[in-house]
Amino acid sequence: MNEALARVPGLLAQHVLLSAAALLLGLAIALPLTIWSARNQAVARVTLGFASLVQTIPALALLALFYPVLLFFSGLVGGGIPALGFLPSLLALALYALLPILRNGVTGLANLDPAVLQAADGVGMTARQKLWMVEAPLVAPVLMAGIRTAAVWTIGAATLSTTVGQPSLGDLIFAGLQTQNWTLVVVGCLASAALAMVVDALLGLAERSIAARRKGRFWTSIGVLVAGVLLALVSMLPGSGGKHVVIGAKGFSEQYILARMIGHRLEAAGYRVSYREGLGSAVVFNALTSNDIDVYVDYSGTIWTNEMGRKAGPGRAQIVNGVAQWAMRTHHVRLLGALGFENTYAFAMRGDDAKRRGITSLTDLARQAPQLNFGTDLEFLDRPEWKQVQQAYGMHFRSAHPYTPSFMYRALASKRVDVISAFSSDGRIAKQHLKVLTDPKHAIPGYDAILMVSPDHADDAKMIAALKPLVGRIPIGLMRQANYMVDRSTDKKSPDAAARWLEHQIRLPQGK
Amino acid sequence: MPAQSHSAGPSVTFDTVTKRYANGTLAVDGVSLEVAAGSFVALVGTSGSGKSTLLKMVNRLVEPTGGSIAIGGEPVDQVPAHLLRRRIGYVFQNIGLFPHLTVGENIAIGLRLRGEKHNDARVAELLDLIELPDDVAGRRPDALSGGQRQRVGVARALAIKPGLMLMDEPFGALDPVTRDTLGHAVRRLHGTLGLTTIMVTHDMAEALLFADRVLVMQHGRIVADATPHEMLSGAGGEAADALVAVPREQAHALAKIEAGE
Repeated sequence: MNEALARVPGLLAQHVLLSAAALLLGLAIALPLTIWSARNQAVARVTLGFASLVQTIPALALLALFYPVLLFFSGLVGGGIPALGFLPSLLALALYALLPILRNGVTGLANLDPAVLQAADGVGMTARQKLWMVEAPLVAPVLMAGIRTAAVWTIGAATLSTTVGQPSLGDLIFAGLQTQNWTLVVVGCLASAALAMVVDALLGLAERSIAARRKGRFWTSIGVLVAGVLLALVSMLPGSGGKHVVIGAKGFSEQYILARMIGHRLEAAGYRVSYREGLGSAVVFNALTSNDIDVYVDYSGTIWTNEMGRKAGPGRAQIVNGVAQWAMRTHHVRLLGALGFENTYAFAMRGDDAKRRGITSLTDLARQAPQLNFGTDLEFLDRPEWKQVQQAYGMHFRSAHPYTPSFMYRALASKRVDVISAFSSDGRIAKQHLKVLTDPKHAIPGYDAILMVSPDHADDAKMIAALKPLVGRIPIGLMRQANYMVDRSTDKKSPDAAARWLEHQIRLPQGK
Repeated sequence: MPAQSHSAGPSVTFDTVTKRYANGTLAVDGVSLEVAAGSFVALVGTSGSGKSTLLKMVNRLVEPTGGSIAIGGEPVDQVPAHLLRRRIGYVFQNIGLFPHLTVGENIAIGLRLRGEKHNDARVAELLDLIELPDDVAGRRPDALSGGQRQRVGVARALAIKPGLMLMDEPFGALDPVTRDTLGHAVRRLHGTLGLTTIMVTHDMAEALLFADRVLVMQHGRIVADATPHEMLSGAGGEAADALVAVPREQAHALAKIEAGE
C-alpha cells in the first residue's frame, strides 16, 4: 500500500501535465474550428464528422495508431520526432478532447438568439467585435460545459498513455493488473478518478461563475487549476545528477523484475533511471531503435521471428548470435548477451487433464485439439510462432480466447480453457501442476532472454560495464521463483522486492 | 434641399432600389422615393410586402441588388457598413438587448463602439428621456417588463444622437396600453430631437396616428403615398382604402357604443 502511494505524486504530476497539455492543445484547435464551423455549414459537417469519427476509435487504439504515424513522419523529416511517450499521448488525447468542445461550441453559437445578433449588427459592431463582445460571452457557459466533459474524458483516457510509454496514473493500473496487485489498481483508479472529480468541480464552478457573471469566482477557480498544473510542472523539473536512462519493459512480471534489476545496476553506476513499463512486444523493439528507451530485455525468438521474419530451425545459441549480428548491422542495437534462461512459449495443460487424455506432446494435442478450448496471451494468436505450430501440427482448436497473462492461468485453472500458451519461465507452471507439452517438430524457436541496448548507448562503455554482470547469471529456476513471488495471489512481492531477492540469490556485486 | 442643421435629421433618397433574394423572390421592386429631412414616415403593408427589406437596406443589414440609397445626399455604400450603422438609430420588434450586459451597458454600447468610456451621465439622461428610473441602469434586461425593454431599445438607438431613426415594427410585441404610451413617447422624441424617422408597421392605425406621411407597400412596390388625413379621406387609392377601412370602422363602432346608440 505504502509503495503504491509513494508512486502516486510523481505519476500524478505526469498525469496532470499530460492532461492539461492535451486539453489546451484540444482547445487551441477546437476554438478556431468552432468559429469557422459556426459560420459555414459545410465546414461544420466536416469538422463535427471528423471529431465524431475520432470519438468512435477506442482511446487505446488511437494512442497505438500514433506510433506508426509518428514513425512515418519522423522518417520523412529524417528522424528526431519521438514516436513514443509524451508526443503521441498528447496528440491522441487532444484529438479526443475535440468533440465535446467543438460540438458544444457550434451548437451554442447556432442557438444564440437571432435578435441579439441582429442588434449587434444594427448598433454597428464589426464581425470581430460581435464575436468578442456578444457571441463569446453568450456561448461561454455552453462551451465551458463542453470543456468540462473534455477534461474528464482526457483525464480518464490519459491512464492509457502508459501503453505508449508515457508515465501516468495508468502505470499503477496496468502494473497492478498484470501482477494481480489489486492495491496498485485501486490506488491508480482512485487517484485518476479523484483528479477528474476535482478538475470537474473547479471547471463547474468556473462555468457557473460565467453564467452568474461573477468574474472573481471564475478567475479563482481557473487560478487554482493553473496553480495545480504549475505545481506538477515544478515537481517535474529535472533534478541534478547523472545522465538519464529510460528502461523499457513489456507488460508482465518477469519484465518488471528484470527492468528493476537493470535499474538497480545503473543507479549504482550513477545513472538516473526511469521506467517505461507495459510496452507492447511490437512497440518495444522499435522504441529501442529510435532511442525512446535505452535498454530492455527481449527474447531471441521474438526478434528472430517478428523482426527478422525467420522460421524456427537452428539451436538457441545460433539464434542469439543471429539476432546479435542482425541488430547491430541493421539498427546499431547492441545485444549485450543472454541472461541465462529461456522464456519460450510452452503449450501447457492441467496435469491431471493431460494424463487422462494421454497428451504429452503437440502431436498428441493436435489430434484432440478440435474438442479443446485454447487460452492465450493477448498477442500469441497473431504471432508467427502460432502459424508455425498450426502448419507443423495442423492444430485447430474448438475456440481460442486471448487473456492478459494472469487471467490466462486463471482461465486454465477454472477449466474455462483446456490448453494455454504458457511461458516456460513462469512460476505458476509448477505451482498449478501444469503439464508442459513437448515440441517434437521444433516449431517454436528458442527464446533466450537477451539484454538489448539502444543505438545511443551501444558504445557506452560505462553502461555496458554496469550491465555486463547480469549476462549469463540468471538460471531458470530462480527466475520462476522470482516471477511467482510477484504473480501469486497471497503474500505478493513487488517487482522491486523480487528483483532485490533475485540479486541476492545470484550474489550480484553491488555497484563498483 | 435645405441645409441640415445639427438637430434636424437628414433626408433619405431611394433611387430604383431593388432586392431580389438568392431564392429568386423579388422583395423590393424598383422603389424610388424621397423621405424629407425631419419627417416621420410610416411604411405600411402586409407581411411579405417588402417593407422590412426596404428599411433594412437603409442601414445595409440587407444589401440591394439594384439601385441606390443616399442619406443626406451621401450614398450609403460610401462608408463601411459598421461605421454607417453607428450613425443610425435602429429599433426592431424583437429588441435584441444584450442579455449579458446591464441595461446601462446596453444603452451605452454604441458610445463604447466609438471608443467613449465614461457614459454614466449620458445613460442617466437617456433613461430620463424614455421615462425609466435611474436605478434600472444596473439591472439585467431579463429583469425588465416587455415595455421597459423596448424603451431601453429606443434609448440604445438614441444614445449615439442619430439624425435618422429606423424602426421595424417597434411596438409589435407590446400590449395595447404600453404600445400607445411608447408610441406617443417616440413621436414626442422625434419632434424634440428633430429626427428623421422611418417606421415599418403592419398596423394602419398606428401609422395614421403617429406618422406625417404614410406609404403603403404591396408586392415590393409603393402603391400609396399620402398624409394620414388624405388616407382617411380616400385619396390613398384602392389598396390604402382597404387598410384604412378597418381602423376607421372600429373607431366608428366605438364612437357609437360611447354615445349609447
